[in-house]
Amino acid sequence: MQSIEAPLCVLIAEDGTSDRMLLSSIVRRQGHEVLTASNGAEAVELFIQQRPHLVLMDAMMPVMDGFEAARQIKRLAGEALVPIIFLTSLTQSEALARCLEAGGDDFLAKPYSPVILAAKIKAMDRLRRLQETVLQQRDQITQHHDYLLNEQRVAKAVFDKVAHSGCLNAPNIRYLQSPYALFNGDLLLAAFTPTGDMHVLLGDFTGHGLPAAVGAMPLAEVFYGMTAKGYGLPETLREMNAKLKRILPVGMFCCATLLCLSFQRRAVEVWNGGMPDGYLHRLASGERVPLVAHHLPLGVLGAEAFDDRTEVFPMALGDRVFLLSDGVIDTCDANEQLFGVERLQQVFAANREPDLLFEEIQRALSEFGGDARDDVSMVEVSLLEARQLTPPALVYSDSGQSCPLDWSVSFEYRAATLKRFNPLPYLLQLLQEVHGLRAQSGALYSVLAELYSNALEHGVLGLDSSLKRDAQGFSRYYRERAVRLEALQEGFVRVHLQVEPQGAGGRLLIRVEDSGGGFDVGRVMARPVEGDRLSGRGVSLIRQLSQRASWSDDGRSVCVEFSWEPLA
Amino acid sequence: MSVVTEVSPDGQKLTISIKGRFDFGRHQEFRESYERLNKKPDSIVVDLKDATYLDSSALGMLLLLRDHAGGDDSDVRVINSNSDVRKILAISNFDKLFDIS
Repeated sequence: MQSIEAPLCVLIAEDGTSDRMLLSSIVRRQGHEVLTASNGAEAVELFIQQRPHLVLMDAMMPVMDGFEAARQIKRLAGEALVPIIFLTSLTQSEALARCLEAGGDDFLAKPYSPVILAAKIKAMDRLRRLQETVLQQRDQITQHHDYLLNEQRVAKAVFDKVAHSGCLNAPNIRYLQSPYALFNGDLLLAAFTPTGDMHVLLGDFTGHGLPAAVGAMPLAEVFYGMTAKGYGLPETLREMNAKLKRILPVGMFCCATLLCLSFQRRAVEVWNGGMPDGYLHRLASGERVPLVAHHLPLGVLGAEAFDDRTEVFPMALGDRVFLLSDGVIDTCDANEQLFGVERLQQVFAANREPDLLFEEIQRALSEFGGDARDDVSMVEVSLLEARQLTPPALVYSDSGQSCPLDWSVSFEYRAATLKRFNPLPYLLQLLQEVHGLRAQSGALYSVLAELYSNALEHGVLGLDSSLKRDAQGFSRYYRERAVRLEALQEGFVRVHLQVEPQGAGGRLLIRVEDSGGGFDVGRVMARPVEGDRLSGRGVSLIRQLSQRASWSDDGRSVCVEFSWEPLA
Repeated sequence: MSVVTEVSPDGQKLTISIKGRFDFGRHQEFRESYERLNKKPDSIVVDLKDATYLDSSALGMLLLLRDHAGGDDSDVRVINSNSDVRKILAISNFDKLFDIS
């Protein structure tokens, strides 16, 4: 233990010359460096100049006594421990106590024993070093803590950019997230699809801290990428699940609810894997339909076992979907009781002003006596008229010089493909190459999506849209759709796209044909275009959004036209 | 000890009992409870009789155990879960991966 033997710088303050010399020689013989002072004032001065490690201090001295000098030296030493050993012939306990009160750490009685003095210096040095180590470690911890906070700040800024690059500020979204919820693994994303639908994801990664937050990046990337390209929930879910399964260690996963809110179809499609129940709040009846988790969280199952089945619920204008993270219902009170779903539902029942729901839930949580948790996330999305929302303009990176202007292409999708492949994203990407169409891309995508789902659902699968006349029928319709698609053996949907120049502008013809039984075109056309029915939106939407739409072959074939003027 | 391990005399069955909160604080003990065994047991029972609470990191630990025991071919049963714990297991749909009673 060489460090303990390392020589110290010892200050000896003693007014008696002979005692001072005696002590000096004892201490020097022990291998330490010695400074001497003959009164308290000198001692303080020397301390300031030379910063000795340890002080031997006589109590009674002229000019400034040892008590005052000890007080001053202790103050100057600050947090560092500079042991002061009082040299004293005092024996009354009161006087000895004064030495300690003034800041002394020990005393040494006259006459001096070299053995005891050496032992005391050693013992005091041990204490001094201990204090030094503690201070060093404290400073290190503080420094690490500052680093960590700074890293979190930077990481949060990056994550915020990623997480908020979507449309969380849309007028129909309200959300509440505690500031560092992300570092507890909560993630909230929202984005418009090319057809003007809105995808919303509320996710919750296992665990806490940075490990829980890292999965957010790849998940957000897939979410935004696939939503922008026009993929639906099932494809997006499969991709997110596969990605998380691939990159996350076993035991880490992401509970998530994914919504597709369709303003034109007035419906919400839901997939819930491991999140607490969400709720669809129907304004008219006041009913809250629970959106229950039917699936394992993302990142648990392999691709073969993953289940991408979704549920579809009809919505009326003003209806709201409410999602929350488990931070809300898992808040504990002092006795480890959970806040729980029942208490949440009591808040729902007491709620009179829908816009105050978040505040009422927060108040209930704090009255419940739960600690303020850092992982509380809530989001509420309401169904507005499609025209009240303005999806952001798509950003294109090309100049338009290489725009294809005279071409046609035909696809035939047969049963095995219809079952599991969504051709829309590919078709949309193809049409994005045509600059003249970009100004009306939203309408174009909506029409294409309607044409395809009409051909598939009413044509190939033979589903009757009048099933969708009430809420139960609506759900039955989508269950039946899944069943029939699963059982599909034959049938086709053909898509023919033709782009041709017209003067300086151009036009796009879309023809969609299906193998189904067709429908009574005259009767459907005779119905009023607007209406609050749950069914039959598709056809009127197509007629409203395109320049020309005509059905032939008893409804088995439809032709739609989009044209554009020369670009400025 | 909040994680208690018991191996049947023939070494075929491992029972892991958890007392109190089953959360990240149990991580080390829980892992050691099955990783330190020399011989892999045929079946594993996780007894949650005395578990009061279970969070998402506990779900992750159960997945790790399942993976260790052979993934889809594993035989892991979760028994004696109280109603709170059962709710959490149900929300996460863990009944699709584990035999829960």
